[in-house]
Amino acid sequence: MTVMRRRLPVIAAAAWALLLTSAPAAAAPRSFTIVVDKMKFGALPANVHAGDILIWDNRDMFRHSATARGAFDIDLPAGKVVKVRMTKAGTFAFICKYHPGMKGVLKVSK
Amino acid sequence: MAYRLAGFVAAAAMAVAGAAMAADGPNDAQIAHIAYTAGNIDVAAGKQALAKSHNKAVREFASEMVRDHAAVNDKALALVKELKVTPEDNATSKALTKGAEEEMKKLAALNGAAFDKAYVANEIAYHKTVNGALKSTLIPSADNAKLKSLLETGLTLFTEHQHHAEHLATELK
Repeated sequence: MTVMRRRLPVIAAAAWALLLTSAPAAAAPRSFTIVVDKMKFGALPANVHAGDILIWDNRDMFRHSATARGAFDIDLPAGKVVKVRMTKAGTFAFICKYHPGMKGVLKVSK
Repeated sequence: MAYRLAGFVAAAAMAVAGAAMAADGPNDAQIAHIAYTAGNIDVAAGKQALAKSHNKAVREFASEMVRDHAAVNDKALALVKELKVTPEDNATSKALTKGAEEEMKKLAALNGAAFDKAYVANEIAYHKTVNGALKSTLIPSADNAKLKSLLETGLTLFTEHQHHAEHLATELK
């Protein structure tokens, strides 16, 4: 009985561990990098989901922004990397508000 | 105002054409000097606008000009240092500077909405002239690949500036 009592927490912990690892966990947030260089937004990632992190790597010597009216306005200082979690799903047409010829469309799934 | 602007733009265009008429076009040292001078002129114009204008949109545009052109010029200075090239003064740079000084004097005499309109009109004309020079003369004449690349980035940037100024002009009407 004493041995059983001692073993019980161990068994319970093992069972929890098994449960945790085998349960279909919510997809962990993923990170995607978007390079901004020579006055252009680089390739935009597909399969972005709400909760994922976008890493905006502004390699230009100019300050830019990623601005989607009513959705987001991300400041991208020259030569800096900015990480932003995408919280909303949707299809966002965005521009650099300083250089509106720089454009992109980002799709974020639920 | 229109004739004054036309005069400045004509002078600038002639200055650039002067560079184009040189037998082999300007060399890299001259191109670096022209590009740097053109950038400095617009930084000075932007600073003048920030000192005189009270219009939010005009001030934002002027801040952008100062920031972007200063960034290009910093990069240009770093590049000529790396390439061990000494920028070479030339007739084009001199004419651009002379024309810009005259334009700044004219703008200094204006205030309020008259200044804003004249500043933005000059920015449109100036960027058109510089972009034309970059396309027709400076980029094709540049030998060094890094200098050529910087000029190409500059052309993309200045084209954005021109469009921004054109849009701003419609708001000031």
